[in-house]
Amino acid sequence: MESQGWEPKIVAFLCNWCSYAGADLAGTSRIQYPANVRIIRVPCSGRLNPFFILASLQHGIDGVLVAGCHPGECHYLTGNYSARRKFALLKSLLEYAGLEEGRVQFSWVSASEGVKFAKIIAGATEKIKALGPANKLVKGKFEGALNE
Amino acid sequence: MNEVTKKIREVALKLLQKKKVDLVIGFEKGTLPLRATPCFVRREEEADRLVWNSFCENNLAKYIIRRPERVAIMAKGCDVRAAVELIKENQISREQLVIIGIPCQGMVDRRLVKAELQEREILEVVEKDNELILKGGDFKETLDRNTFLYHSCKTCTHRNPVIYDVLVGDVVEESNVDPYEDVKQFEDQLPEERWEYFSKEFTRCIRCYACRNACPLCYCQECFVDSSSPPWIGKTTNESDTAIFHLMRAFHLAGRCVECGACERACPVGVDIRKLHRKLARDVKERFGYESGVSLEQVTPLATFKPDDPEEFILNP
Repeated sequence: MESQGWEPKIVAFLCNWCSYAGADLAGTSRIQYPANVRIIRVPCSGRLNPFFILASLQHGIDGVLVAGCHPGECHYLTGNYSARRKFALLKSLLEYAGLEEGRVQFSWVSASEGVKFAKIIAGATEKIKALGPANKLVKGKFEGALNE
Repeated sequence: MNEVTKKIREVALKLLQKKKVDLVIGFEKGTLPLRATPCFVRREEEADRLVWNSFCENNLAKYIIRRPERVAIMAKGCDVRAAVELIKENQISREQLVIIGIPCQGMVDRRLVKAELQEREILEVVEKDNELILKGGDFKETLDRNTFLYHSCKTCTHRNPVIYDVLVGDVVEESNVDPYEDVKQFEDQLPEERWEYFSKEFTRCIRCYACRNACPLCYCQECFVDSSSPPWIGKTTNESDTAIFHLMRAFHLAGRCVECGACERACPVGVDIRKLHRKLARDVKERFGYESGVSLEQVTPLATFKPDDPEEFILNP
């Protein structure tokens, strides 16, 4: 761990129709959750290009969370089904290559699940705190060495 | 000349004479020993250039992508699997393609042979049954070809073409090896060990893209590595960029890679690329019950879904 006061940076990609609304509900209901998360709204979990996840990690983000509508509830009917196949393989590939389990996580959050959203953020933050700062795939680390 | 070569030339000649195809893609003798070179036959008198030996290692399906003319292709098991995927992805139509299927005994890894001979210069190779007779200036050695096969050929489970129009040579027995044995062993290592292994592999990469250029299924007109808007990935040989290049290339081939090993054979620095591809191939097989390149009907796994796909990886507090 770098320093005592280290707090992880987490990026959450939330689908516009369910998970983002879920986060909104958590906010309007004044549910407390860790401030480590930076939310990026995407039209659908199916919109998520795996490059977004890798780019986050490359830029020094410590954890990535992706959330979309529950299966069967996609605004575009099947976006999250396609996303589910994609994510299953991506997660498995990244962990196979040696990325810690828990750096990249996926979940379903509906518009009514404000409490669940807060729980997920709290859980993910705790997990990533335990893992420590991301050091794999981070580009800055190597660039620094080149600039010297 | 072996029987298969003779037969291939006959078939090619007949196809060209009857104007069934405009082009036959096959192999000819390479300019160096232990090599065969892809060869494009358009005229009848050129059919005699075609050969079949233990060094026909390229995946010729690479050359049928978006061809306008009618084309015949000399195809081993893996070439046919790649062709099947290309047909499914509308890169060529089945009607314009004549597959000259050849059951394959595996191709010989010339790097292994050269290492065995301690880099003594080989001037001539003669193949007899399962023997490779290598002649040099001051030596003559006989090796058993089956011990010098490519790793991709040793783990191959589709030596016979899955579809074909003409079959040349006798059907060979499919091996019942577990193709993913080493992937399983690798998975048992600790994440840190696995990361270290891949980091070492990726730092050797010089980003020449030979793997991509040799791959029959890497046919995007603009590859993500070439795109500058958006710049998906840095163009340096920085460890992070090369790692993401390999991870994403593997990911783009998930459920499409036919495990022919063309990428690894093309790699000038010997990066263990297939270890990523085969992990995904195994995942796809286990999760979605799909094996690439074996059926023209089954839909590519990432182009479809089932409502009850496994989702044990989804976080649910």
